[in-house]
Amino acid sequence: MKKKRGVKKWRIVVFFAIILALAGLIFTNVMDHADDIKLGLDLQGGFEVLYEVHPVNEGQEIDRELLSDTVSAINARIDVLGVSEPNVSIEGDDRVRVQLAGVTDQQGARELLSTEARLSFRDVDDNVLIDGSDLVEGGAGQSFHADTNRPIVTVTGRDANVFGDATEEVLAHPDSRMAIWLDYDEGDSFDEEFGKEDSKIISAPNVSSVLRTTDIMIEGAFTVEEAQDLAGILNAGALPVELEEIYSNAVGASLGERAMDMAIAAGFIGIALIFAYMLVYYRFMGLIAVLTLSVYIYFVLVIFNWMNAVLTLPGIAALILGVGMAVDANIITYERIKDELRTGKSTMSAFKAGSRRSLSTILDANITTILAAGVLFYFGTSAVQGFAVMLITSILVSFVTAVYGARLLLGLWVNSRILNKKPKMFGVKEREISEL
Amino acid sequence: MNFDHETTKLDFVKHRKKFFLISAVLLTVGVILLSTIGLNLGIDFRSGTTMEVLADEPLTAESVESEFESVGLTADDITLAGDNNDVARASFIGVLGQNEVLEAQRHFEELYGNTPTVSSVTPLVGEELARNAIISVLIASVGIVIYVTIRFEFLYGISAIIALFHDALFILTIFSILQMEVNIPFIAAVLTIIGYSINDTIVTFDRIRENMKLEKKVKTFEDVARVVNKSLVQTLARSINTVLTVVFAAGALLIFGGDAIRTFSLALVVGLVAGTYSSLFIAAQIWLVFKGKQVEKKRFDSQVQGNEA
Repeated sequence: MKKKRGVKKWRIVVFFAIILALAGLIFTNVMDHADDIKLGLDLQGGFEVLYEVHPVNEGQEIDRELLSDTVSAINARIDVLGVSEPNVSIEGDDRVRVQLAGVTDQQGARELLSTEARLSFRDVDDNVLIDGSDLVEGGAGQSFHADTNRPIVTVTGRDANVFGDATEEVLAHPDSRMAIWLDYDEGDSFDEEFGKEDSKIISAPNVSSVLRTTDIMIEGAFTVEEAQDLAGILNAGALPVELEEIYSNAVGASLGERAMDMAIAAGFIGIALIFAYMLVYYRFMGLIAVLTLSVYIYFVLVIFNWMNAVLTLPGIAALILGVGMAVDANIITYERIKDELRTGKSTMSAFKAGSRRSLSTILDANITTILAAGVLFYFGTSAVQGFAVMLITSILVSFVTAVYGARLLLGLWVNSRILNKKPKMFGVKEREISEL
Repeated sequence: MNFDHETTKLDFVKHRKKFFLISAVLLTVGVILLSTIGLNLGIDFRSGTTMEVLADEPLTAESVESEFESVGLTADDITLAGDNNDVARASFIGVLGQNEVLEAQRHFEELYGNTPTVSSVTPLVGEELARNAIISVLIASVGIVIYVTIRFEFLYGISAIIALFHDALFILTIFSILQMEVNIPFIAAVLTIIGYSINDTIVTFDRIRENMKLEKKVKTFEDVARVVNKSLVQTLARSINTVLTVVFAAGALLIFGGDAIRTFSLALVVGLVAGTYSSLFIAAQIWLVFKGKQVEKKRFDSQVQGNEA
C-alpha cells in the first residue's frame, strides 16, 4: 500500500525526456525553418502589380484557361528576369497579381512583364510584312553586330523567301524603311510612334538590298542587358492577352529589411514579457505554459514553412492573435484549476476537473474565431485571405499545444503526486482555500 | 490577485448604465467624426500618383522633398530605395495634372540627367479590399450568431455581435480622432480586434451560461444580474491576464517595431483594450438587459396566468 501513495518518479523522468526531445528538435532546426519562411514585399522589398486582363482580339473570352495560360506566360518571363521566388496568382475573374521580391530595376521588370511580345515587321504605312507566325518559336538570341560591335537581337524566320519578299516590298516603297514593332495595336501609326520616347518601334532600319535569309538582325539602341531581355521575352512567347496595370506597390529593399529586423526584435521582446508574466503569475503552471508556447511558436514556423506561406504584416497580426489565444487557453485552464484548488479539492482532482471544465470554453471561443476566419478566407481578397489562413493555422496549432500539450506535461507532474498538497506551486495561497 | 465572488465588493452590473453612456457618447462622436472629417486614408484607398526619381548620388528624403517643393509639389510620402539610396519614390495623394508631372519630370531631368518614372494608381483595389473585408465581417457575424445560438442561445449571439461592432467602431473612432493614416495593414489590425473581441466575449458568456445552469431559480432581473456579476468576477483574473499578455506582444511591436508598422500596432493595442472593456462592461451587460427583460416578462405572464386560473 505504501508504494501506491508514494511519488511516481517515472512520470517526471518521462516529462524531462519529452522536454529534452522537444528542445533537441527545436534547437537543431528552428533557425533553418525560420530562415526558409518567405517574406512578403512589405517585409523584404520588391514590387507587386495587379493586372486586369483584356482580350487581345475581338471575340476572345477571358476564361480560367486563358488566365492560367497568362500566368504561365508571365512565369516564363520572370525566369528571363531571374527573379527568385516569384508569386503569380489569378484573382477574381479577370485579374492576375504578380509579386516580385527583391527586384531592383522595377520599371524594367514591369515593362518586360506587361509587354505582349508580339513582334511584327511593317512598312512605314503600317502594313504587315512579317509577323510572329513567320518566325521560329524560341529562335531569338542576343549577339553583337559584326561591324559596329553593338548588341543586337537576332530572330529566325521560318522561310528565307518570306524575309526576302518583305525586303523587296520595302525597297519598292519610296521611304524604304522597315519598322520593327513590339506590340503593335490597331490604330498605332509609324509617323506618331517613331522617334517617341518609349516607342513601340524598336528600330526602323533602311533596307538597301533584298535579303533572302532566315537570320534576321534587329538593331536598336540596346544595352547588352536590354538585348538579352528582349531575346528572352521573345523566346518566352507572346502573351495571349493584354495586361492593364490597375494597382502597384513597391517597397524599397532596405526599407522592408529594416522593418523586418525591427519587427523580429519587437517580437522577441513581446514574447519574453509574456513568458516572464506567466512565470510570475502562475508559478509552476506558468513554466508549463512557457514550454508549450515555445513548442507552439516552433510548430507554427514549421507549418508556415510547409505551406509555403508568405509572411506579411497581416500575417504577423494573425500570429499575435494566435499567441494571444494560445496564452488564453493556458490561462483559462489554470484559472479553473486554481478555482478548484480554492474550493479545497486535492491537486489531482483539481487538475482533472479544471482541465475538463475549461475545455468547452476554449473550444467555443476557438470555433467562433475559426468560423470568422473561414468566412474571411472565403469572401476576402489577397491580404485578408492571407490573414485568415495564418489565423486558422495559429488557432489549430495553439489548440493542440496549449490544450493537449499543456495537459500532457502538467498531467505528468500532477499524477506523479509530487505536487500533492503544494498549492503554492500553483499560485494559490493556503488561506484562500476554503474548508470542505 | 484573487477575485472571490462571494466576498468581493466589485459590482460591474450596478454601473452598467454609465458604461453604456460612455460607449454611446464615444461612438456617437465617432459616427459624427467619421461622417464629417472621416479617416485619413492612405494611398491604398485613394487615387494617387507615384514618382520615382533616380539620381546619380545618394538622396535624402529632405532634399527630394525640397526639390519637389521648388516645382510647387508637396509629396505625401517619400521613401528611398536603391543600393545607395539613389532612388526616391514620392507618393502624391490624388492624381497630379499633366503639367505638374511634366514640370517635375523636366526639373529632375535637369538635376540628375534621368527622367523620373511616373505611375498613377487607381484606388479601386484598396477600396475593393476594404469593401470585401466589411462584407466578410457581416457574413461572419451571421455565422457567429447561428453558431452561438445553437451552442448557447440567441441572446448571447446577438450580444456578442453588438460588442464586436462596438470594438470595430471604437477603433475607427480613435483613428478618426488621431487622423492617423489608414492603410491595408490597418484592415488586418481591425480584423484581429474582431477575432479577439469574439474570443473574449465567448469566454465570458461561457461562464455566465454555466452559472445560469447552476442557479436553481432565476426568476427576476436581480437574479440574472447577480449571476452576470458573479461570472464577470470569476473570469476577471483570466480577462486581465489574457489582455495583458496580448498587449505585451502588440505593445512591443508598437514601441520597438519601427515606423512601418506603427499604425498597425497602435490599432492593435487600442483595439485589444477596447475588446476587453467591451466584454466586461458592454457585452455581458447587454445580455443582462435582454435576458432580464425576458425573465421579467415570463414572470409577469405566469402571474397573469396564475391570476386568471
